[in-house]
Amino acid sequence: MKYDILLAGFGGQGILFAGKLLAYCALIDGKELSWLPSYGPEMRGGTCNCSVCISDEPIGSPLVLTPDLLIALNQPSYDKFIGSVRKGGMAFVDSTLVDATVETPDIQCFYVPATQMETDANLPKAANIILLGKLLKETGMFSDEVIRKGLEKLIPPKRAHLIDNNLRAIGMGMNV
Amino acid sequence: MKGNEALAEAAIRAGCKCFFGYPITPQTELSAYMAKRMHKEGGVFLQAESEIAAINMVLGAASTGVRAMTSSSSPGISLKSEGISYIAGSDVPAVIINVQRGGPGLGGIQPSQADYWQATKALGHGDFQLLVYAPCSVQEMVDMVVKAFDTADKYRMPAMILADGLLGQMMEPVQFPEIKANSIDKSSWAANGHGNKREHHIINSLYINATDLEEQVIERYKRYDIIKETETDAELYLTEDADIVVCAYGATARVVKSAVNTARAEGVKVGMFRPKTLWPFPVKELNQASQKASKLLCVEMSMGQMIDDVKLAINCSKPVSFFGRTGGVIPTPDEVLEQIKSL
Repeated sequence: MKYDILLAGFGGQGILFAGKLLAYCALIDGKELSWLPSYGPEMRGGTCNCSVCISDEPIGSPLVLTPDLLIALNQPSYDKFIGSVRKGGMAFVDSTLVDATVETPDIQCFYVPATQMETDANLPKAANIILLGKLLKETGMFSDEVIRKGLEKLIPPKRAHLIDNNLRAIGMGMNV
Repeated sequence: MKGNEALAEAAIRAGCKCFFGYPITPQTELSAYMAKRMHKEGGVFLQAESEIAAINMVLGAASTGVRAMTSSSSPGISLKSEGISYIAGSDVPAVIINVQRGGPGLGGIQPSQADYWQATKALGHGDFQLLVYAPCSVQEMVDMVVKAFDTADKYRMPAMILADGLLGQMMEPVQFPEIKANSIDKSSWAANGHGNKREHHIINSLYINATDLEEQVIERYKRYDIIKETETDAELYLTEDADIVVCAYGATARVVKSAVNTARAEGVKVGMFRPKTLWPFPVKELNQASQKASKLLCVEMSMGQMIDDVKLAINCSKPVSFFGRTGGVIPTPDEVLEQIKSL
């Protein structure tokens, strides 16, 4: 198992949170992992991204330039990164916010109206997790048990009520 | 855990009682973590009015024999250099963390390794050295902070962790080792109050008489000689049969390792030499690593600084080429692979 994952979108869409969830799941699953945020000025209202590497082997460079898996939550991120996805890789795109302008014959591209879905389901700020649900479904990366434990580890006890909302969002993504 | 937070937690577990800092990207999480934790651990966290104040507070606290630390990033380290020289001149142990960013000047905030010369050759005025440790993972950041405190105490000198923005910002799994109680006795020199029960201990770096100062400096260099013999550390990766040895430290070594693995899979006999101590530079280890090599390649996030020590260590006996990205740009495994193949 070896995945280089890039998550990208606007600051505030939960890019780093979604990346951390993957990282914590990998930790619980006993994998090697790294999580690296962009920490430049682009975080202030602009686009933001984070690299997550998950592998059975120790991680070399933690910076993901050619992802196996891409989550794109806005147009600039889609435009910037869709061409960098490795041949045979997968991209998960929020089709509410992104106009698909690029032909992607070498990769599998999943367009999920995640922002529309979060509005319809009254689950604010869940588009990131809905797309992540789709990613988890398509890759089969972690078991349901690991995903739940990952959420429990990531979300502090005083916010435990959010665990169910996140599980719901993951379920919505998986069932798209 | 994030690298910056791991550095802080490791310092607390190593018995650091005083932390003095001033915020700067990309190391601010370290200060924030200390602010949250230190008072619960019976220690002191203080955000000073400047980097200069912070390093002088370290000098004061360390003079009493407690474990003290400060952290900053490149421009802030330059401001601390005067204080670091005083710490060395006063023979006081302390730990200084540099989470490097691009320079010179205010430079940028992205990862860099352009402070190698500063850390290993000239971190302040005068004849002196610091112990310089270069971690390449969050786990090593933990291990090296503990090591830095112990070794600084042992030789009564400042020690630096030379990290970079990438290591500071990244999260990796980390385990905190059982840390043994610090057993180093500082009662012969620490200025920690005595109620007139013994002679005064004076912490000082001023010697007006030239021969007195010379004597002090020579004594210090005798310690440095022991350190050069006994405290070097390096990782040798696939170097036994390597025709090409790539030298890299810190985050760059991770990129290089990826490139070396790919090159090996394509049949290129290449290995990696990664110094874990930058001062003392692992001269013996490099000569061992490059025994069978016909050429060396040095890869850094700078315009070429460690390459000088690499050439010196092998006495320029083999050609050493260089590849670097600078200003905050991180080299990619593909770029390094291309360099390896072009040799």
